[in-house]
Amino acid sequence: MNTMFTRGPSLVSRLALALFVSVIFIFVDHKYDGFASVKVYLNSIVSPLQYIASLPGQMLSSGAEKFSTHQKLLEDNQNLTLQAMKMSEKLQRFDLLEAENDRLRTLLGAPVSAPIQKMVTELMAVDNNPFSLQIIIDKGAINGVYEGQTVLDDKGIVGQIMEVGTTNSRVLLLADITHAIPLRNARNNVQLIASGSGQFDELVLEHVAHSADIQVGDLLVSSGLGNVFPEGYPTATITSIVRDESRPFALVTATPIAQLDRLRYLLLLWPADAPTQPIMPQPATPADSK
Amino acid sequence: MKLRNYAIFLSIIIALILQIVPMPITVEQFRPDWVLLVLSYWALALPSRVNVGVAFIVGLVLDILMGTSLGVHSFAMSINIFVLVSNYQRLRNYSLWQQAFIIGTLSALYHLVVFWLQHLQTDVIFLFTYLWPVLTSMLMWPWIFGLLRKVRRQFRIT
Repeated sequence: MNTMFTRGPSLVSRLALALFVSVIFIFVDHKYDGFASVKVYLNSIVSPLQYIASLPGQMLSSGAEKFSTHQKLLEDNQNLTLQAMKMSEKLQRFDLLEAENDRLRTLLGAPVSAPIQKMVTELMAVDNNPFSLQIIIDKGAINGVYEGQTVLDDKGIVGQIMEVGTTNSRVLLLADITHAIPLRNARNNVQLIASGSGQFDELVLEHVAHSADIQVGDLLVSSGLGNVFPEGYPTATITSIVRDESRPFALVTATPIAQLDRLRYLLLLWPADAPTQPIMPQPATPADSK
Repeated sequence: MKLRNYAIFLSIIIALILQIVPMPITVEQFRPDWVLLVLSYWALALPSRVNVGVAFIVGLVLDILMGTSLGVHSFAMSINIFVLVSNYQRLRNYSLWQQAFIIGTLSALYHLVVFWLQHLQTDVIFLFTYLWPVLTSMLMWPWIFGLLRKVRRQFRIT
């Protein structure tokens, strides 16, 4: 009966061993983060699979680009030129304001805000793990990406780097259920903490007193507390407030400004106190630092 | 005869890729458990070559690909393959649709185990949409079974 398994241990002991090792792994990984250094190599080993898996999507989108019409390209070009005009007008005023702000801060003896370095990255894959909102981007340790780094899109904060591989890394999105970010209300500087809800379009603001001065539509920006996210980046807008006095705190939800389910190009930030420096893919790319 | 030695390995690699290919969100929740299906076939056909050890390793690879804590998928996968391998003689005699039903049950067990292990770590909540893959896996089983049996006979894998 048992002739198939005469070599090696019996089936039940194999199962026991596999389950035992799995439980040990889960415990070490989750409680003590014991695989942090090994995971870089593990991620690098499996990254060919991720590249192959993202091929069909890339081929489709490059095919779509090839077949886009002349008319469409002209329209896009016109829109982008207009947008660039508006942006550069804003930037002119911004440069002036920044210089003025720095002068005032030096007058006050307050620290001048440090420059931030940036790098553009592209989305490689979206995880299909239903319990966790993560994406994979195409920059990794060879570009100077570090764990805990802030990731933005063109509208606001997207999340932070969770695991770094050699050529790609994994981003934990704002709306993941294990993620929380310290914010402040742009209108009146009320400090808040936004936790993810597991849904792409919802954040939950925790421990908000009933008397807190917040309104639906308020813009929340990162507060820079906790030294993970740099200060002042738009993050969410408040969508609903339920002030039910029978509960200890008000029920407040917000929606991320970044469109977490429609990401394509992202921006990595290196603040002045970052543990690593960005390594640009080719020297021709302007570093864009000020 | 190189391909003959690597056919099982290649089929698992293809299943892993199918498991992580980006899909539109509406289709995403119906994605069958490709890896579980392929491993189940090999576990039933060749239990001496594919059993708990392979399931454990493939589970670990899934963990890395999916970004879950190491051990979550290997735990669930090991249990499933153990059930199949310990009953392979009986299961082989069932008709294809009965087998599909059993694969569906195992897929449900797989998703529940993964959910429980994640629930222990973070307070994720259970949505019934997590169980759509059970249905699609059940529907895919006859096709996977036919395809892999053809592969096994073609290359005379033993």
